[in-house]
Amino acid sequence: MTIVNRVPQAVNEFNGGSYAGAGRPPRSRRRALRSALTPWYFLAPVLAYLLLFFGYPIVKNVEMGFQDYSTSTFYTGVAPWVGFANYSQVFHSGIFTTALTNTAVFTIGSITGQFVLGLALAVFFKRKFPLNGVLRSLFLLPWLIPLIASSAVWKWILDQDSGVLNQTLLNLHLIHTPIPWLSSPSVALLAVMIVNIWLGIPFNLTILYSGLQAIPAEQYEAGALDGATGWKAFWYITLPNLRPVIGIVLMLGVVYTLKVLDIILGLTGGGPANATQTLATESYQQSFTQFQFGQGAALSNILIVISLVFTMFYLRSQRAQTGA
Amino acid sequence: MKRTHLGKYLYTALGIFFTAMMLFPVYWMVNASLQSGASAANTSLVPDHPTVAAYSRAFSEQLGNLGTSLLIGLGTVALTLVIAAPAAYSLAMFRVRGSRLITVALLIAQMIPGVVIANSLYPAYASLGLLNNIPGLVLADATTSVPFAVLILRTFMEAIPLALIEAARIDGASHFRAFISVVLPISRNAVITAGLFSFLFAWSDFIFALTLTTTNSVRPITLGIYSYLSAAVQNWGPVLATSVIASVPAIILLVLAQRRIAAGAFGGAVK
Repeated sequence: MTIVNRVPQAVNEFNGGSYAGAGRPPRSRRRALRSALTPWYFLAPVLAYLLLFFGYPIVKNVEMGFQDYSTSTFYTGVAPWVGFANYSQVFHSGIFTTALTNTAVFTIGSITGQFVLGLALAVFFKRKFPLNGVLRSLFLLPWLIPLIASSAVWKWILDQDSGVLNQTLLNLHLIHTPIPWLSSPSVALLAVMIVNIWLGIPFNLTILYSGLQAIPAEQYEAGALDGATGWKAFWYITLPNLRPVIGIVLMLGVVYTLKVLDIILGLTGGGPANATQTLATESYQQSFTQFQFGQGAALSNILIVISLVFTMFYLRSQRAQTGA
Repeated sequence: MKRTHLGKYLYTALGIFFTAMMLFPVYWMVNASLQSGASAANTSLVPDHPTVAAYSRAFSEQLGNLGTSLLIGLGTVALTLVIAAPAAYSLAMFRVRGSRLITVALLIAQMIPGVVIANSLYPAYASLGLLNNIPGLVLADATTSVPFAVLILRTFMEAIPLALIEAARIDGASHFRAFISVVLPISRNAVITAGLFSFLFAWSDFIFALTLTTTNSVRPITLGIYSYLSAAVQNWGPVLATSVIASVPAIILLVLAQRRIAAGAFGGAVK
């Protein structure tokens, strides 16, 4: 995205798709045409794939949102046009408000936790000490493990009776009765959020750490002369310099959290009593357990609009950052 | 002098403590998978009497699923590289009109929730006979890896000096030839990284496995774990042993491509 705008004339020579460089004599029109097409031969597979596996699904989803698309459609091939019926059913279903609220709480809570812990760890790892690099790469492991495998072990850790979390809390006398982490509607969302924070720390740590590395040391040296050390240095030097990176981390975090399906299905399946149902899980439930593909599509479309709003913020901040 | 030295090790100690806290769930997964009575409160903090009973059960129940996941992973790597490498080359080397638009499209593609794609692929797959089908899952799983791989490879290929390709062209190589015998060998490390991540994405895929299969004929390992979880778990041993086995590619990736993983967090999106 960036270099396109920065690379000067030299690259423009290659606009025609020929490498022959400056002073290339025009051989024949056919040859020129052929070389102008060359870049598109290389791009053709990806364009075809994007059209079929992103373009088509998005268009199809919009269409399905306006259709009565259910099990019978697969037998009869008929999906009657129903206007906004799917949307009005979704809005009036009662679950929608719950799912929307849960999505907001889950997203804001997860992002806050991941970001604060990720930033604290990034600042910690900025110091030079033995084993720093090794420990930092070990931190990445939870991010690489399949989400459903992580959900499995967390489901057991959070188990009310035999889970190690409750046992530890009981042994430390912090609680007197085991907490039903995943089976009580009042704490289930919090429990799922804790797991998602754990999953998001590596991502936040990695990006924020590389952001910190990019801040020139002279700024801290100059700041120290003016008495800006410790918290003051963090507040007046680190944070302002880190702002563009923070923006990217937060916006990517939001978009990634909106999509979360694996860990919620693995840990709670959206329950108990819809306490952990989000827009993503509800869309899945409508389509793949209720076989109401029309309503599932309507929910998908709402989800995609929310994601796109944040994506646009992200793209704009990227552009602002690279000075394009 | 001595104080600063001591301070350094104090930070190492703290760092080890933080890492231990973070990795506790992973440790607990391995620990419990090695204990026979991993059913209730009797799991001890270390596997003092380790047994592989859970693993032999996990293997006997999940071997086929592991094979399915392996095939899907390898298929996705092949498909992703075939699509992404030429595209990355074109975006990096030729400044065609519209290349910026393609890059933005790839960034947006990374943001689209998998459930949205699954929702409309299901009816299409149903009529094309791609449900319960390994190529069908490979095609769907590539939605995660293709945009990622193009962006990662493009970043790398932008650093290749144009003179190298010009030289090949002057020697009479076609564009395709220059790509195959000059660009790809130079980009070997980036191609390996993109391939490793593509494998990991497909191997970890759960959404498409869950939505685009309706029978037990094609079951990736992630679905194997999920079906353990959706029933009330009596014995956690095999569940966690399967989870450990499913995590092995992640550990291999961490060891092999340690330094390049940071790039993966960026998803090719940040430069």
